[in-house]
Amino acid sequence: MEVYTDNCRAVEGGIMLYEIIFLGRGGQGAVTAANILVQAAIYEDKYGQGSPFFGAERRGAPVAAYARVSDKPILRRGIFSRADAIVVLDHKLIDIGTLKRYIIKPGGALIVNAPQGKGISRELVNAEGRVAVYIVNATRIAEELKLIVAGWPVVNTSMLGALARVLPAVSIDSVARAVKEYFGGRVGELNSEAAVRAYKEATFIGEV
Amino acid sequence: MPMKIALTGNYAVAYAVKLAKPQVIAAYPITPQTPVVEKLSEFVESGELKAQMIRVESEHSALAACLGAALAGARVFTATSSQGLLYMHEIIHWASRVRAPMVMAVVSRTINAPWNIWPDHSDFLDQRDAGWVMAYAMDNQEAFDLTLQAFKISEDPEVYLPVMVGLEGFVLGHTAMPVEIPDEKDVDAWLGERRQPYVVDGSEPIGVGGLTWPEDTEDMFYGIQQAMERAKSAIKRVDAEYGKLFGRSYGGLIQCYRCEDAKYIAVSMGAWSGELMESVNMLRDEGYPIGVARIRFYRPFPHEDLWEVARSARAVFVFDRAISFGSWGQIYADLVAGLLLHTNKLPPVMDIVTGIAGVHVSAEDFYAMIKKLIEKVESGHNIGYFEWVRVRR
Repeated sequence: MEVYTDNCRAVEGGIMLYEIIFLGRGGQGAVTAANILVQAAIYEDKYGQGSPFFGAERRGAPVAAYARVSDKPILRRGIFSRADAIVVLDHKLIDIGTLKRYIIKPGGALIVNAPQGKGISRELVNAEGRVAVYIVNATRIAEELKLIVAGWPVVNTSMLGALARVLPAVSIDSVARAVKEYFGGRVGELNSEAAVRAYKEATFIGEV
Repeated sequence: MPMKIALTGNYAVAYAVKLAKPQVIAAYPITPQTPVVEKLSEFVESGELKAQMIRVESEHSALAACLGAALAGARVFTATSSQGLLYMHEIIHWASRVRAPMVMAVVSRTINAPWNIWPDHSDFLDQRDAGWVMAYAMDNQEAFDLTLQAFKISEDPEVYLPVMVGLEGFVLGHTAMPVEIPDEKDVDAWLGERRQPYVVDGSEPIGVGGLTWPEDTEDMFYGIQQAMERAKSAIKRVDAEYGKLFGRSYGGLIQCYRCEDAKYIAVSMGAWSGELMESVNMLRDEGYPIGVARIRFYRPFPHEDLWEVARSARAVFVFDRAISFGSWGQIYADLVAGLLLHTNKLPPVMDIVTGIAGVHVSAEDFYAMIKKLIEKVESGHNIGYFEWVRVRR
């Protein structure tokens, strides 16, 4: 398992700032994932921002959510199209070209919810340099834990766990705690378990 | 113990309102404000907030209901945006002219037409002449703090005016950031009971807003102007005591960022001051002596504080996110008039209107604009006084 640590963006004076985009379908919880990531950052005395796309969204359509994590108060605002990591909640969004609308910075990472064996074609990724690709089967994890809401497997919390494995922005402990607190009760525990499982199962499949 | 949680700007406002314990909230939904009153109605439903939630048929009625309740002695709150704020406009004047303390959040969104839900300062600044104390936040923590402080300022006997707190929709409104929330009992002890100049509760006959002779009416309006002057010290007092109690003080009516040795001053208001400050960091790294004077309170207008910052500047650059068509940005107009109260020898003051209708202005955009202007000044060129910069990607 290779862990990427060189994609920390220095903005000024060595401040770390990670910019992350979650791609999913309306209803999959991309925005919730971004907001939980902010809470995880707070547990580590870091700073964060979590945003939806600024506009209208609808269930089932491709959607994006945006997050920043830094060790200093974050001055920049708004949504963005270049990211250190892109987390894809539905791998079919890669096949239909949605991923290509967003740029991955050099040394960045792509983390995809996909079954083992899924390959990622270079042509479908918009990268400025080499990008590390990881996959994790968040759909299977959700099904195993019976995390199904309105007929859809809950994959956003698992993908947060996988993100913690790849990007040293926040630790898995903070993600697990933030997930647990966000949902509360039994649902919180199951989602937290999903995040930890995905953290362990996330697999580096190579670079594109 | 104070707690720090991830909250959107809208929710930050709602949490502050919950702590202020209003008895009446009246509101009508509008994008991007709606989550403020959605969250408040959740608090009311769960019993965490014991308030009467009045769902009305329009924003005009929302503020009218708040006004009636405020005059009857209740602490009240409402929130709106854009067209909703414009629809309230008649009652906005009523509220200040009958000296009804109250708090409203304005989650900024530009003004139609065409249909557009993205933020600039047009809706907020359209209320410029209405007699409200007007505050504007830069991030979600400040939106929280200003909302809570707004109740204290509004109900200060030296002030007794309504207060509106602005924050950009989406950029703050829908964006989660860390927000520290103080203890309820500490807020209770600090904010205290509702205070207002008079109460219409049936205990004695009282008429509000009846036909009044010109001279008496003028005296009442003059009272608003005097209250605005007194509000300047009340705002600073509240900022200082809030800082002592809760650990966050912002410097009063304006916040200065890297102004100490600055030869150039950029003036701004709202969320994009963050990007502006980042651009200042980039320019400082290259040796450009620039700082930011950020307007936190637009009414009363802090001309004294701005003069202190700008008095030795080689040039002042004002970033306006709204325009009074046919002239220039509202902040620019106020700043130039305000500085001229202190000197008859102004440094070059340039207005840059940009970011209109939700167009994003990045730190790199600010950097490029400011660098060009400074180089012009340094090489002895005239920088002009106005430019509308339409950023396109």
